[in-house]
Amino acid sequence: MTHRLYVPRDAGALAVGADEVAAALVSAATARGLDVEIVRNGSRGLYWLEPLVEAETERGRVGFGPASAADAGAILDAITGEGTHPLALGVVDEIPWLARQTRLTFARCGVVDPRSFGDYGRHGGWKGLERALALGPVATVEEVVQSGLRGRGGAGFPTGIKWKTVAGAPGSRKYIVCNADEGDSGTFADRMLMEGDPFSLVEGMAIAGIAVGATRGYVYIRSEYPHAVAAMADAIGAARRGGMLGDSVMGSGHAFDMEVRVGAGAYVCGEETSLLESLEGKRGVVRAKPPLPAFKGLFGRPTVVNNVISLATVPAILARGADFYRDFGMGRSRGTMPIQLAGNVKHGGLYETAFGITLGALVDDIGGGTMTGRPVRAVQVGGPLGAYFPRALFDTPFDYEAFAGADGLIGHGGIVVFDDSVDMAKQARFAMEFCAIESCGKCTPCRIGSVRGVETIDRIVRGERPGENLAVLEDLCHTMKLGSLCALGGFTPYPVLSALRHFPEDFGPAPALDAAE
Amino acid sequence: MVSSKEETDRMPAKRQWNAAHAAEIIAAESGREGPLLPILHALQDAFGYVDRAAEPMIADALNLSRAEVHGVVTFYHDFRREPPGDHVLRLCRAEACQAAGGDRLVDQAERTLGTPIGTTAPGGRVTLEAVYCLGLCALAPSAMLDGRPVARLDAGRLDALIAETHG
Repeated sequence: MTHRLYVPRDAGALAVGADEVAAALVSAATARGLDVEIVRNGSRGLYWLEPLVEAETERGRVGFGPASAADAGAILDAITGEGTHPLALGVVDEIPWLARQTRLTFARCGVVDPRSFGDYGRHGGWKGLERALALGPVATVEEVVQSGLRGRGGAGFPTGIKWKTVAGAPGSRKYIVCNADEGDSGTFADRMLMEGDPFSLVEGMAIAGIAVGATRGYVYIRSEYPHAVAAMADAIGAARRGGMLGDSVMGSGHAFDMEVRVGAGAYVCGEETSLLESLEGKRGVVRAKPPLPAFKGLFGRPTVVNNVISLATVPAILARGADFYRDFGMGRSRGTMPIQLAGNVKHGGLYETAFGITLGALVDDIGGGTMTGRPVRAVQVGGPLGAYFPRALFDTPFDYEAFAGADGLIGHGGIVVFDDSVDMAKQARFAMEFCAIESCGKCTPCRIGSVRGVETIDRIVRGERPGENLAVLEDLCHTMKLGSLCALGGFTPYPVLSALRHFPEDFGPAPALDAAE
Repeated sequence: MVSSKEETDRMPAKRQWNAAHAAEIIAAESGREGPLLPILHALQDAFGYVDRAAEPMIADALNLSRAEVHGVVTFYHDFRREPPGDHVLRLCRAEACQAAGGDRLVDQAERTLGTPIGTTAPGGRVTLEAVYCLGLCALAPSAMLDGRPVARLDAGRLDALIAETHG
């Protein structure tokens, strides 16, 4: 009999030796005269267990991890014999960390072979597209509106409303642009999905194209993600050969095709208008809005710009219905959010769950605290433009509005954990420094304000007239927040001011007292 | 094709600038919508950097001014203006890696290679670059050596990586 094994090809798994493990399994199998088939799946998102080797058994898929090449022989023995292995994890679907999740967007990630068109179909793929074609464009847009799906890139704008605008915009040529420029530190959901279930993004974009009347799509992927670029290009080719893209999608007569474009290391290109400039072959400089991209987007045409996760969630919404999706979540945050636990965290990975879970539950219970074993002092939520939260705010529920109410943002759902060795003044300085490095230069508050911000924080830390300089810093942040064209300059104050507010003791001797006066 | 004084299978490709080959690349990509970034990527893939001599060629092919092309090349952090070393080691400097001790690894790499981040070590073996996030944040700190991701880095693993570049 053939033993089917799974060893992820996800960049995270590769970065800790998955290729070596796969090769060692092959040679160990040969030495034992065993017939094995190794599927290179995506990651399940339990990164502390990577490389996670899985074997198909009568009980389901059982896991072993974190595996090294040296473990290969013993793992094979455990799979074929009665023996056990110290790295054995039991049935993977029953691991509590995974079993407690609500995997809607990531249902197939880590399960299927991302390079197999057929495997995608066998696991429920293309059902959403099929239903969208049956419903027709107007009802498809309405379904997305009704689902309550909001843009998962960070801004949280209702996806269905955006689609409705583009559908109603006059124009003979329209575009679907997928923003896969996932530059926020602490986030990797887009990468994981594109590497582990790329067809879901192809399907989501095809649905979007048909719904709004667009015939061409681009996936703009950052160059730091070469494995995602390869996976998407491969999936697009297979989908085209399978009749899901091209002149007549699924034989419907609707034309839609797409291609991958690679970014060039500019963080600001995650902002939708500078992304469009970049796609057009220009400097990634932010455009003033209006006009909205929905009316004048790529090459001046009506354009849907959506994040990877938003688009990849659409097939599930269409396949299972708007009501099904909307039933998850709280308040105006409907459905599920793939939350990413990162940094100095014991159990780092991707945790997809309904909105409403508290920050503390995510960090302490699910994340298991820090990797170093020291106390958690701060977490940054939502990337380099997100606020730092102290433990005192760990009862904040994960929800767009609740985070806004706590002067923060959930952004793309990344949580970076820091232990008590962190210097929050240094983190505040880095936020300004990063803004200075990445500013596109179009607007003054961002371009100049970030440089002045670094200088001012340096003065505060050196103890130079801290009271006055703190007032300057707050004023600078205020100007950046209100005067910048996009979120880079506009949100950099979040990490700076939250560090200052919640961790004043890190900003030199008693500056907080001066500030309070 | 381009001749190279050191034809190896090492990444990234380090081939000498060759105008005829560059012209072929530019012609091959020019028919696309928004062709400039694909052209620049293809040139850098071929030569390891974007030579200044390519700018007027691209401007000509796309009916742009040289200033416009120059502006785009210099806007993006990815595009190198000089050939890189034989190996490119990119260390992540973003928050998730900072939280896991990434700054110490940057110091270590600079010390061991004898070159500040953002430069090529004397002798041209290794270019040390900063990168802001490789999406390996649950396995921080992370790096990329010649396109290969490496995570859960510590002092020992970084030493081993650097040793690879001297192999």
